[in-house]
Amino acid sequence: MNEITCECGHINPEGTVLCESCGKPIEKNQHIDGNDQKELLNMRYDGSARRSQTYNRTIIDKIWNFFSSVKVGVWLIVLTLIASAVGTILPQEMYIPPNVDAATHYRDQYGLLGQIYYQLGFHNLFSSWWYMLLLAMIGISIVIASIDRFFPLYKTLKKQKPKRHELFMKKQRVFGTTESDQVDVERFKKNLKKNRFKVYEENGHILAEKNRFARWGPYVNHIGLIIFLIGSLLRFVPFFYVDEFVWIREGETAMIPGTDGQYYMKNEEFILETYDESDERFKEAIQKQGGPIPKTYQTDAVIYERTDEFIPGKEPELKEVKTASAKMNHPIKFDDYALYQASYQLNEFKEMTFKIHDKENEDSNYGEFTVDLTNPKSEYELESGHRVVIDSYFPEYEMKDGEPVSVSKYPKNPAFVFHVYPPGETSPETSFLGIGMNIDATGENDYKLGLVNFDVRDVTGLTVKKDFTLPIIGLGGAIFMIGVIQGMYWNHRRIWLQPKENGVWIAGHTNKNWFALRREIDKVIDGTHIQKPVDQYEMKD
Amino acid sequence: MGDLSTLSSNLLYAAFFIYLIATFFFGGTIRDKGKGKSRVAGNIGITITIIGFLTQLGYFITRWIASQHAPVSNLFEYTTFFGMMLIFAFIILYFIYRVDLLGLFALPIALLIIAFASMFPTEISPLVPSLQSHWLYIHVTTASLGQGILSVSFVAGLVFLIRQVDQTKRSKHTSWLEFVIYVLFATIAFIMVTSIFGAMEYEAKFQAPVNGQQAEITYGVPAIAGPADGEVISEGAMGPLFEAPAWMRGQDAAKKLNTFLWSLFGGLVIYGLVRLILRKRVAAAIQPLLKKLNPELVDEVSYRAVAIGFPVFTLGAIIFASIWAQQAWDRFWGWDPKEVWALITFFFYAAYLHLRLSRGWHGLRSAWLAVGGFGIIMFNLIAVNLVISGLHSYA
Repeated sequence: MNEITCECGHINPEGTVLCESCGKPIEKNQHIDGNDQKELLNMRYDGSARRSQTYNRTIIDKIWNFFSSVKVGVWLIVLTLIASAVGTILPQEMYIPPNVDAATHYRDQYGLLGQIYYQLGFHNLFSSWWYMLLLAMIGISIVIASIDRFFPLYKTLKKQKPKRHELFMKKQRVFGTTESDQVDVERFKKNLKKNRFKVYEENGHILAEKNRFARWGPYVNHIGLIIFLIGSLLRFVPFFYVDEFVWIREGETAMIPGTDGQYYMKNEEFILETYDESDERFKEAIQKQGGPIPKTYQTDAVIYERTDEFIPGKEPELKEVKTASAKMNHPIKFDDYALYQASYQLNEFKEMTFKIHDKENEDSNYGEFTVDLTNPKSEYELESGHRVVIDSYFPEYEMKDGEPVSVSKYPKNPAFVFHVYPPGETSPETSFLGIGMNIDATGENDYKLGLVNFDVRDVTGLTVKKDFTLPIIGLGGAIFMIGVIQGMYWNHRRIWLQPKENGVWIAGHTNKNWFALRREIDKVIDGTHIQKPVDQYEMKD
Repeated sequence: MGDLSTLSSNLLYAAFFIYLIATFFFGGTIRDKGKGKSRVAGNIGITITIIGFLTQLGYFITRWIASQHAPVSNLFEYTTFFGMMLIFAFIILYFIYRVDLLGLFALPIALLIIAFASMFPTEISPLVPSLQSHWLYIHVTTASLGQGILSVSFVAGLVFLIRQVDQTKRSKHTSWLEFVIYVLFATIAFIMVTSIFGAMEYEAKFQAPVNGQQAEITYGVPAIAGPADGEVISEGAMGPLFEAPAWMRGQDAAKKLNTFLWSLFGGLVIYGLVRLILRKRVAAAIQPLLKKLNPELVDEVSYRAVAIGFPVFTLGAIIFASIWAQQAWDRFWGWDPKEVWALITFFFYAAYLHLRLSRGWHGLRSAWLAVGGFGIIMFNLIAVNLVISGLHSYA
């Protein structure tokens, strides 16, 4: 280490720009902070010896210097900003309708732009490797830049002495000289204390300082950001983070995914309420909307815990844990899990009852049978001796290219191909039935099936979440806020006074808001015969 | 209930005119300074501004009581509130720095924002389930206050630019400054066009395919750009000069484009007339009025507004937003366009604060950044709601 001994006797570490103790500019290092080009001293880090400005030999030095640069940091922020904006030009993949092919969707909906957007992977921009890399680089930059500056600055501010070198005084932005033998130093000190300055004195040299802690604000908020980023990273660890989705029909009990089979939930009822159209307050708005406006989505549920060993195929023994309702903004919480009301399906078919009658006579009845739509039997025997076999079942029927298909396994629009075996017959009559549709394919049927009754129920969609990263992320956010407020709402101000043969010199420094500093100096020199110092910085724009 | 909401809208009208009067008093401070230290006009100006603010607060409270939820749930309510927060932020910074002329610019911009807000549907609407939470007012009011304070930074930046940009010769600075002024004029044009045709009860109905189905689209202003493949069905209505391109999607895309074009043309007309009368750049004409202002002080006001506004914005628009999103949508962050643009705003001002550390980024550059930041805020308010849209388009 090439330590630098200042004329005041203080030993400074290599790379120091201004003596830690007296502030004297160390001649050979003035280029570091650009002081050689300017009249005034660069006081940003009080001329402390920063690693990034001192060493630049090894590859580690170079990496360190790259990430500790504010310029690089700003570039990283700007690049991330632009990338984020690009990510909002078209909807991200998670916001396009489910069950569609992304490649076709982007092409069909947005033409060439959509195709390019998809090809470049912008439809998943925020989880792309390069976006992650940008965030990671910001993270690294935050850590390195903070370490590079905090420790030297902390040491320098701790070691500073009230007695300053003349050059330091003269080259401060706010500086003034007073030639007078009437200077009232006692009053000056009293004024300073009244303005909540801490006053240090050394042989008549005065240093008044306030709000040094504001200087640590940036480092505190950077720590908060780092904790936040680490919290976000932990989401990739399954132990910390569970995110599942489950559909449960009314009246059904289902295992809650993501809980290792430990928890079950029964959907007692799903409730969808809409606003009353005759409500005076909202009449106009509801009319304009042209349809009902939803008021509540709610699932009344019972949560069960499995008490027996998990054996495949064995019916679980369940113990009730709690009865609760999941509503928008009010998830059900149990153990470490939360269930969120996320989606719903209204009026899914539960069961349908059919009867067999003569083709020509609707009133005849050869018996009825009920099909459970989530679990249809393949064959139904009627007392009249008729036998009905389900040849095909389409839970959500649609015609595609002239063929009947089911677009999902959910009975939203059920359709059947039935084979009806009249008593004693071995060759069946075929009927094709759906909602509002009853087709006799051959036209030679004697019997016809008719829908007598049906039952519907609602299905609720819930997200299952377990998230141990939330406290970490919350802590990061809180620390960030404390740091930002600490750094932004207080200003670190220092005023130096130096006795001279005939009068005094005064200098002032603040890390920001110079107007406010000058106003404060006006206050503390009031009645002391100290001349108002001048701001030596001129705006040249 | 009906009476309360009438009272509420009357209070908003009143606040609007009170701000207008206050603007004139701040205008009076231009002469005030010449006569020495008199602060009469400025003091009256700020007093009236505070009265106006309280009146608008009255609007806010009565509307809250009438609707039984915080009136920040649609574009009209939110934007009005944003205007109010801009005034509030101006009052705060006024008492720190006492720059009278800031009021001469801050108030008209707030007026413009409030008038702009009134162009959107103003009736009280019920809250959809996801909005039924205390976080509605906690998140939205804090975010809006943050944006309001950041907007004062723009106002100060604009004042700085008008004061400082060299008007003796044409440059990039003068052109961009005129462009900013033109955008303000276009906003005035939007308000004028919408209100004039609204008062005339102008209506032109079109039949046009929307997402493969025929739909009826009602224009409130004459159609320059009609819907793609649309047909006029109202009698006597002006046919469109051209059709909106087919790739513009959604029921009202063509209608929005049409209003946008009207605003652009209207803005050009106003700007042209003003230039014709002034016979010089608009900024050049205002510049002499600001000669007494200390540019460094204005620069500091602009920076201070960011320093105060940035933490408030982060708290409201990022942190409170995340907490609420976690409750309502089971994830604290979902890359919804509104969220992303809040993050972009955050990044932008973070970059601004870091740049202020370096030499050479004070003054002009800093002022331009303040203008850009405001552009981002307005983009998030208007374009993201009306054009990009996502989970947050409640308007």
